[in-house]
Amino acid sequence: MWIYEKKLQYPVRVSECNPRLAKYLIEQYGGADGELAAALRYLNQRYTIPDKVIGLLTDIGTEEFAHLEMIATMIYKLTKDATPEMLKAAGIEDHYVNHDNALFYQNASGVPFTASYIQAKGDPITDLYEDIAAEEKARATYQWIIDMSDDPDLNDGLRFLREREIVHSQRFREAVEMLKEERDRKKIF
Amino acid sequence: MSNKQLPQEFYTMMEELQTLDFVLVELTLYLDTHPDDYNAITQFNEFSHARRILKNQFEEKFGPLQQFGNSYSDYPWNWNDPPWPWQI
Repeated sequence: MWIYEKKLQYPVRVSECNPRLAKYLIEQYGGADGELAAALRYLNQRYTIPDKVIGLLTDIGTEEFAHLEMIATMIYKLTKDATPEMLKAAGIEDHYVNHDNALFYQNASGVPFTASYIQAKGDPITDLYEDIAAEEKARATYQWIIDMSDDPDLNDGLRFLREREIVHSQRFREAVEMLKEERDRKKIF
Repeated sequence: MSNKQLPQEFYTMMEELQTLDFVLVELTLYLDTHPDDYNAITQFNEFSHARRILKNQFEEKFGPLQQFGNSYSDYPWNWNDPPWPWQI
């Protein structure tokens, strides 16, 4: 089971109300390479991956939920004081008419989240390669959002998340090597 | 939504907790792929101990961090008291 902890993994601050930045950030909330997709991908792959890497998928999948909460906090803080006029000026009036200021699992273009963003092939190396690619895609997305943002407080949190993608990618690469080693050892006997 | 003013100590202790937890998350993922690193496990256990002490101190002042019985409760039930993480 999972136990919730009433704290963020890393402090989230924003300089000012800025719904346009929230529009970009929703990509990492409900987009193809976002935190929801990451958490669901790893926690679902666990059941058919060799024992040696179940712990890693469990722990990274769990950390992704902490990142999802950080992104939600960023979006909430960037939009909570926004008037309908400000949302309109930021180009998210179509979000407002459907959801008011509520969060929704969709990407920056308003496409709702779908399970087809994530894969589970049952082949361990194939699944781990997908996971490495997912981390690298998420890292790139964070970079593009940082490039678009002029909010230094927000960018501090985004840089933390970008670095976590790099660490996860490294750990998944090591997991691939562990499985290859195990496979090669079996061939000898 | 919530905000009675939080004391500075809340932020200081919360950040200490986040700092210790960062070390523990990093070591956890590292040990998942390096299970035989004795020094890393020693460091992990030291930080795990320090974390437990700080969690108790934080909760005595500011209420439960976890529930389902992983934290004690005051009377009345204080799990639902703000601030939630996004309200800080």
